[in-house]
Amino acid sequence: MFHREAGNFKTTYAADMALFPLPITRWAAAFFAVMFIVVAPLVLHEYYLSILNLVFIAIVGALGLNILVGYTGQISIGHAAFMSVGAYTAANLAVKLGLPFWVTLPAGGLMAAFIGAIVGVPSLRIKGTYLAIATLASQLIIEWVINHTPAISGGAAASIEVPRPTLFGMQLKSQSQLYFFLLFFAILSIIATMNLARSRIGRAFVAIRDQDIAAEIIGINIFRYKLLAFAISSFYAGVCGVLYTYYFGIANYEAFQLNISIDFLAMIIIGGLGSVLGSILGAIFVTMLPVAIRIFVETFGSYVWDTAALSAVAASMRLIIFGTLIIVFLVLEPEGLARLWRNIRNYFRTWPFSY
Amino acid sequence: MTPRHARHARIAALALGLYAPAAAAQDKEVVIGMQCDRTGPTQIVGTVFCPAYHDYIALVNKKGGIEGYKVKVLEVDHEYKVPPAIESHERFKKEGAILASPFGTPQLLALLKKYEEDKIPATSAGIGSSAAADGKRYPYIFPIAASYWSQAGVGVNFAKAQLGGDLKGKKIAYLFLDNPAGKEPIGLLEDLAKIEGFEMKTFAVPSPGLEMAAQVLDITGRFKADFVIAHLFGRAPSVAIKELKGKGFPLSKMISLVWGGAEADIVAAGGWAVAEGYNTLQFAGVGPDFQVIRDINAMYKEQGKQPPKEQENSATYNRGVYQAAVHTEAIRQAIKAKGGAKPTGEDVRAGFEKIKAEDLAWLGLAPPLALSAEDHEGGGWVQIWSVKGGKFTKTSEWQQAYRDVIKKHIEADAKK
Repeated sequence: MFHREAGNFKTTYAADMALFPLPITRWAAAFFAVMFIVVAPLVLHEYYLSILNLVFIAIVGALGLNILVGYTGQISIGHAAFMSVGAYTAANLAVKLGLPFWVTLPAGGLMAAFIGAIVGVPSLRIKGTYLAIATLASQLIIEWVINHTPAISGGAAASIEVPRPTLFGMQLKSQSQLYFFLLFFAILSIIATMNLARSRIGRAFVAIRDQDIAAEIIGINIFRYKLLAFAISSFYAGVCGVLYTYYFGIANYEAFQLNISIDFLAMIIIGGLGSVLGSILGAIFVTMLPVAIRIFVETFGSYVWDTAALSAVAASMRLIIFGTLIIVFLVLEPEGLARLWRNIRNYFRTWPFSY
Repeated sequence: MTPRHARHARIAALALGLYAPAAAAQDKEVVIGMQCDRTGPTQIVGTVFCPAYHDYIALVNKKGGIEGYKVKVLEVDHEYKVPPAIESHERFKKEGAILASPFGTPQLLALLKKYEEDKIPATSAGIGSSAAADGKRYPYIFPIAASYWSQAGVGVNFAKAQLGGDLKGKKIAYLFLDNPAGKEPIGLLEDLAKIEGFEMKTFAVPSPGLEMAAQVLDITGRFKADFVIAHLFGRAPSVAIKELKGKGFPLSKMISLVWGGAEADIVAAGGWAVAEGYNTLQFAGVGPDFQVIRDINAMYKEQGKQPPKEQENSATYNRGVYQAAVHTEAIRQAIKAKGGAKPTGEDVRAGFEKIKAEDLAWLGLAPPLALSAEDHEGGGWVQIWSVKGGKFTKTSEWQQAYRDVIKKHIEADAKK
């Protein structure tokens, strides 16, 4: 039906190294590329583009966290703090030195990577819940430092207004202009992560996740690769923070507090650990589902309640339905949405002759 | 396809079908986009503030709307998170909102640029930065209520009155939640300390501020403060009341900024008897004895209902009513200026700047607000209400203080 391959025969190195080995996935990737690059911005109202914009930024952050948690097996509850490191680095460079986004964006990422590598040092000694607490500490320490260092935070308000990004002399202001800006970085990070996962570094990460002592015995430098995982993950987080900063027009650490770290963990757990598709599906799920539920409740609720009562009900209903759906999906498939999709795909692969 | 898969497909199709855009705004209808937090960390405010807002709008609509225009309030609950606030703004814009009511400082900051770009005025009563009073710098942001700077100014003024009219050589402790909002008044207080000659010391409480025994011991035992100005949020004000009371500090020598002055804070601190003497700053009147509250209760009675239980928390409830009243007044001014035509966001912005004290006087709970193109704060008026005999009683009429010093701070912030 969807797939009809008679085996996976590869005759060249190029075919073996292809990102999308099957024609069907190549076509699917091309289809989605056309949909998001050409069709969506032409067809969709700005409102829907704004939701997609939030999804794109979330994808970058979720991919970064998935590299650390999903691929390398190191837990982190300080992801949002690295976003604020990127955000304030970019904001200071953009305002004090007047640098354009194509300098501030990698700079924000690199600064976050540097701080992330330092925070990753405890991971060499501790694992699991202990590491979770160590990264939690880093979240609080980074928040505190930003709050108490006017040189970083720009004063008591701890917020720095950033000019909109400009490209070829054009200011990117409207949602449709920012759409392409953010889509570019979302695609870039997706392709980068796919390539990272199958490279020497990615294989080393997976080896450390599965059994770190075994990985060390086969010659993987644990020290180097664990810190590298933290650095790369934080780089993504930093870039995500810079994108938020340009999208909001302001750097403000209160937008990157502990609950946001938890949100990103929720994204990759619901989406699927150790999977690029999982990060994408998780980002979509966590960002878009509350909106969809709200519209659902408001549409049907308007027959039962008046506006004021509906507002009171809708907020609670959203939480209840969202929480229930998370439980339902995780019971249905504990390995996340990506695994759910894989199961569906494998079912149709042999359909109708499944055994 | 198995029956199970078919069912899943139908559910998915249903969900997608509902995603169709909602109906556009009607001709004789104005739309206000309102953010709220009923489920997040500031729900203690949101669950009272937002129903109050809806109550006032219902009252306006019952009286025939604003100059014949019905008011439609769209509410989005954002759980105090920033991305849903951005999404809500775009939704309000799509539905034709001409006025925005953001909730929460991080959310307002993230939308600061958007409001100006989209030409939709927004109010920031009790949130955002004090520098937003500068109408030239932030043409689309209207604090419409006393900023933290104005509140701190009146707080010092009140301390002066309580301590015998002279602050020279006196000690004032500033007890605050260690976040940007809590730190905002420090610069101003330091300036006032120089002008009035008192000694000021800051005592930071880390968020969420449920534990402040050390700070209070420091204030009462080591610093031996003559007066305490507190700026706390959430459950922290009740903890401060309990701790200071426990250390024998007279609560009449303490004043709290607006977010520590609701009935819920007093109840959480252990009741009215415990908090006797506690002073609070308010940018809207407290209690039920106002014309607008009587009108709302009459409306409920007509429908055969009891007055809303949210009124038990009247300090917060009345702020919601006040904000809704200023919003409708701005829209009224905008419609009037256009001779009855449907206003745009820009018209409402101009409408805000025409609001004068007499427009809101009938409410009974509003400050003598005077907005202008320069001053979007409206004068920084506050009342002081104190706990006396089991309820809040008014201690002072509407007052403002140290306007020249605050003006200097606003100008300095603009140059930064």
